[in-house]
Amino acid sequence: MSDAFDLDAPWQVHPSVSIRPERFGALLYHFGTRKLTFLKSPQLLDVVTHLGAQPSARAAIAAAGADDDRFGAALATLAAAQMICPRAAS
Amino acid sequence: MTLAPASLVEQFQYGLDAPICLTWELTYACNLACVHCLSSSGRRDPGELSTAECKAVIDELHDLQVFYVNIGGGEPTVRSDFWELVDYATLRSVGVKFSTNGIRITADAARRLAGSDYVDVQISLDGATAAVNDAIRGAGSYDLALRAMTRLAEAGVRGFKISVVVTRENVAQLDAFKAIADRYDAQLRLTRLRPSGRGAQVWDQLHPSADQQRELYHWLLRHGDNVLTGDSFFHLAAYGEPLPGLNLCGAGRVVCLIDPVGHVYACPFAIHDEFLAGNVRESGGFTGVWRTSELFRELRRPQTGGACTACSAYDACRGGCMAAKFFTGLPLDGPDPECVRGFGEQALADPARTAPAPSGDHSHRGGPVMVTLSRRPPVAACNPDPLA
Repeated sequence: MSDAFDLDAPWQVHPSVSIRPERFGALLYHFGTRKLTFLKSPQLLDVVTHLGAQPSARAAIAAAGADDDRFGAALATLAAAQMICPRAAS
Repeated sequence: MTLAPASLVEQFQYGLDAPICLTWELTYACNLACVHCLSSSGRRDPGELSTAECKAVIDELHDLQVFYVNIGGGEPTVRSDFWELVDYATLRSVGVKFSTNGIRITADAARRLAGSDYVDVQISLDGATAAVNDAIRGAGSYDLALRAMTRLAEAGVRGFKISVVVTRENVAQLDAFKAIADRYDAQLRLTRLRPSGRGAQVWDQLHPSADQQRELYHWLLRHGDNVLTGDSFFHLAAYGEPLPGLNLCGAGRVVCLIDPVGHVYACPFAIHDEFLAGNVRESGGFTGVWRTSELFRELRRPQTGGACTACSAYDACRGGCMAAKFFTGLPLDGPDPECVRGFGEQALADPARTAPAPSGDHSHRGGPVMVTLSRRPPVAACNPDPLA
């Protein structure tokens, strides 16, 4: 599941995805695939919201003060569901 | 992982500050008179929300970050402001999924739908053949639905939904429904027959038998995520395997219903005074009802499983559907009438059981059978155009 996910590449929240913060983390809804996903912790939401402004997923995880292993796997799952997508390097 | 079902189910049981999605019946007017109509629709109610009032509700849904609304009715497309409201919702980033019998899916409408990511259409079909469908939905309704599907496909709409209420009569046609969906590049959506609205009168004859339920369960497991269910069949999880979805009753916790006159009910299958939380016309609007209604607070408190607590399947089915129990006169903390362990059947056999009287009816006068546009009975004088 996570083998294709590149932690050192730049990522972003998919432009068709809407994020709603919740006590437990957040709800994500993809208007293209019409799928709903849950972020189960506020810290994961923090990582996801940092993605677009950081040079890599690894940097976004660090910016949220989190550790790679757990959050790398979570991001890989989000990428597989197209909730996040690669971003052209700036 | 992003998903932790156990703890999330817990979170959802205590309710969210805003619904994830909600159902909004835009009008009680309908050109059909399906025997199982959840909202007992037919005639427009003179008190239905105006265009401006609907837009105010959409503004609230935008502020609450409700991702999408499931618009239904009645037949929502017969409202003259239907497309205006759809456009307004998508402009405010509130996605729209609407259910229709196809009456107003013209070639123009189909082209328009092909152009929007934020609008999803569901065509209702309750038989894979005209004979089975029209017995439930009325003469000509099968052709109406297929004509709409053809137009959608021709306009290039991919992945629209074909929405089927599973009954004793059509459960043998599941493969045939899937073939129809595949033919139109559409997605099949199966939902449960509820004893709500006019459905209360036909539920005994039409709800799937125990054997059919088991067949349905295995069919759903085989097709997994390729067939949508709107979390409809979570009571079947008691057979062993959870079905895709949350397997949770979201009534008043993560979903609700707004009816054409602005009443807010706990769920789409519970249009009854017993489940009325308030009205969007109140000073606090929809948000006020969602956050402060006494009924919703009650639903968000920990529920007891009552007689079901001792059952080994309780963690899987959680006692089933509240509305199904209510409308069949069963206690809300007891088994679902279609409990797969057979406890529902035992409860239904109780001679002391009495089903509640319906609390609202917009059926066409003369009964809910086979009414078509041309044969529609006259409506009240104050309301010359029932479709306005």
